Amino acid sequence: MAVCVAVIAKENYPLYIRSVPTENELKFHYMVHTSLDVVDEKISALGKALVDQRELYLGLLYPTEDHKVYGYVTNSKVKFVMVVDASNTALRDNEIRSMFRKLHNSYTDVMCNPFYNPGDRIQSRAFDSMVTSMMIQVC
Amino acid sequence: MEGLTLSDAEQKYYSDLFSYCDIESTKKVAANGRVLELFRAAQLPNDVVLQIMELCGATRLGYFGRSQFYIALKLVAVAQSGFPLRVESINTVKDLPLPRFVASKNEQESRHAASYSSDSENQGSYSGVIPPPPGRGQVKKGSVSHDGAQPRTPADQQEPASPVVSPQQSPPASPHTWRKHNRHPSGGNNDRPLAGPGPFWSPFGEAQSGSSAGETVWSGHSPPPPQENWVSFADTPPTSTLLAMHPASVQDQTTVRTVASATTANEIRRQSSSYDDPWKITDEQRQYYVNQFKTIQPDLNGFIPGSAAKEFFTKSKLPILELSHIWELSDFDKDGALTLDEFCAAFHLVVARKNGYDLPEKLPESLMPKLIDLEDAADVGDQPGEVGYSGSPAEAPPSKSPSMPSLNQTWPELNQSSEQWETFSERSSSSQTLTQFDSNIAPADPDTAIVHPVPIRMTPSKIHMQEMELKRTGSDHNNPTSPLLVKPPDLSEENKINSSVKFASGNTVDGYSSSDSFTSDPEQIGNNVNRQRSHSGTSPDNTAPPPPPPRPQPSHSRSSSLDMNRTFTVTTGQQQAGVVAHPPAVPPRPQPSQAPGPIVHRSVDADGLITHTSTSPQQIPEQPNFADFSQFEVFTASSVNEEQDDEAERHPEVLPVEKSSDPSNSLRGAKTESKIEEKTAASAPANVSKGTTPLAPPPKPVRRRLKSEDELRPEVDEHTQKTGVLAAVLASQPSIPRSVGKDKKAIQASIRRNKETNTVLARLNSELQQQLKDVLEERISLEVQLEQLRPFSHL
Repeated sequence: MAVCVAVIAKENYPLYIRSVPTENELKFHYMVHTSLDVVDEKISALGKALVDQRELYLGLLYPTEDHKVYGYVTNSKVKFVMVVDASNTALRDNEIRSMFRKLHNSYTDVMCNPFYNPGDRIQSRAFDSMVTSMMIQVC
Repeated sequence: MEGLTLSDAEQKYYSDLFSYCDIESTKKVAANGRVLELFRAAQLPNDVVLQIMELCGATRLGYFGRSQFYIALKLVAVAQSGFPLRVESINTVKDLPLPRFVASKNEQESRHAASYSSDSENQGSYSGVIPPPPGRGQVKKGSVSHDGAQPRTPADQQEPASPVVSPQQSPPASPHTWRKHNRHPSGGNNDRPLAGPGPFWSPFGEAQSGSSAGETVWSGHSPPPPQENWVSFADTPPTSTLLAMHPASVQDQTTVRTVASATTANEIRRQSSSYDDPWKITDEQRQYYVNQFKTIQPDLNGFIPGSAAKEFFTKSKLPILELSHIWELSDFDKDGALTLDEFCAAFHLVVARKNGYDLPEKLPESLMPKLIDLEDAADVGDQPGEVGYSGSPAEAPPSKSPSMPSLNQTWPELNQSSEQWETFSERSSSSQTLTQFDSNIAPADPDTAIVHPVPIRMTPSKIHMQEMELKRTGSDHNNPTSPLLVKPPDLSEENKINSSVKFASGNTVDGYSSSDSFTSDPEQIGNNVNRQRSHSGTSPDNTAPPPPPPRPQPSHSRSSSLDMNRTFTVTTGQQQAGVVAHPPAVPPRPQPSQAPGPIVHRSVDADGLITHTSTSPQQIPEQPNFADFSQFEVFTASSVNEEQDDEAERHPEVLPVEKSSDPSNSLRGAKTESKIEEKTAASAPANVSKGTTPLAPPPKPVRRRLKSEDELRPEVDEHTQKTGVLAAVLASQPSIPRSVGKDKKAIQASIRRNKETNTVLARLNSELQQQLKDVLEERISLEVQLEQLRPFSHL
């Protein structure tokens, strides 16, 4: 279960960012922001190869003491960043991948909406509900 | 605020109530809607409720903070006990019973029911005033609506008091009838546990401009929404009442019903649970929608593109956010276009929204596509999103198969391969296949790094296909993904498609496997090798560029030298028949004989540098064996050096030899023609050795000449050149004194062909060996880079 999910546009501004509300959300925003550097580094590292060889799932970007940050980038340079709790050791790579895939699917659906202008903040309720289902349930 | 002392019971009770009202979990503010609903449930006169609100300070603050809420509750208790409402009464009145709400706070439904029952009392008095019930047969609707009028007044009065309440400010001109119908569901509908008419009413109350509008509406006046020219209701004012009432009531019922049924979750839920689907579209409405659809798209079975729909619905002047939500709900299959059903659903939602109804969170069942049947909505999945998802993947696979042929136009077995790739879902489920349409090398999921080199013969050879099938099934144990074969392709089919395209047998799902698939069947060893190789390849990390990259992609940089087209042309140019017959006879070391260069390359890669590198040195010494024309055994012995099974399979007979030589010839041709960058060195020696076997009889001098020719000809990029060489070789052959007789001539001819193949293969061998070394070095460097770039990958 993610603690924070963010969708970053190609120009590196956030299209959607959502955190578990109990914690200091600003901290997560900062983590996502710093992870963008790592994402760019990973993109450019493989950039010399053909684009189609580049994998969308970037894997673990960097770990912190109590959080791990995973990245995923689409072919249109839209980045998904997910912060998970480091103590959640049961979370495997496959699950992270599936979560990113769901994110990507939902993002695609948002894009398909003719009323959505690319570059706007994502305000789709369906997207929200999907992200909520992925977030840690903190009550 | 006055100090408020609460007893323990009161404290608990109040906090529970506050939690109930705190639908947004803000822990600070109680939703005004809920609070109002609660107050109504307290069965207090409206003016008392208003007074309470003023006293507690909510009117001043505009919202119900916790303290205000508690005070209000206390005042409710005071009022219910009959004490005059005074600010000081909250503390002075001792032993105040807990404020009574019609139902316990945990049973909102019962509370609502109770509140409704109170409303229903008024129904009878108003039944006479109510216009004939709409077609839905909601007699109560009218009455309830009337009741709704009542709550509205306090709501209206409270409007200034609670501006914070989010009024869905539908255009104020929306027909009051709509609003009325909004109310009625709240009351008197015994079938529906109206859980939350309050929250619903309050927004309506706010939206309503005139408190007395409700009564006036009853007279049948239903001003059509003024600005909604595009709404049909303006067209039929007389019937609009009915129409408006009908859908409005229906929708209102729905919304209210859903609100009622929803406990603490969203306000609108379980719309389908209503006995009478309020979201159903009447026939008149549907006809109007259809007409509107026709104005955009004359073909009723066609689609309205998203842009056209956007323009159309933007005219309704609803906020873009809401239109976006309506689109999400109505675009069932998530294709960016609206079918007739989807369009009607969207239109219906827009109309509802225009008239003040909240948008549902999920598409009402009656609005789901296939709206024609009003009754069958129940079974339609009420999750458009999921359905859309499931639908799209289903559509995707078939669409992918046609794309496959485009990838390998020269591969005749595309049809077969496409069939086969569909059979196995491949673990692609774990890889990002969503957007990687062409990533044949798609970094295979490390977990799925089992490359099953399902050999595939690119030539349409039934025998070979059968062999491959057998091999594939037989090697299930080798291929952990075999169970996946029967899984339906899922969203990741793109990946699979690519990979499957690569191999007819399409065992491997991920990119790695695809590349290996081209190995021929007979090579069990090859398979094993491939598997091992794939494992090794994937072990470093899942993104390792397919070490045997050239394998699947003929266009890849590495394999560019071995252009599949060229290979095929070579193949086709050479002996078609021979090629066809070759598969069984001459499985090129790891690849099918006719497999064009790429296949050979692939197989080489699959086999691994491991095996081939080991064999390559052996191959070279074998070349001198070429000189031993007369000794088939020598060649077979030499060929034994190779691990490939095809060696053993080489028939000592001439014919098969010829055929084998032909493909090897073609292979050589292909290889020589293209830049050999892949590590097909192994295959080269294999081919060479293959060539040696059939070329047993070739005369020594001829061979030497060929060899020299080969050496002289570095890389022939022209197939014609190759043929020219071969022709020269052929021409040189007659000079060799050979046996007499037709048979021998035939043998000679075959020998010549074999020699040609030999030369080609020899050249290819050398080139591939060089390539192999280069690639190995490259691979090592890449792996090192990968390790450097992935410091955190091991967690």
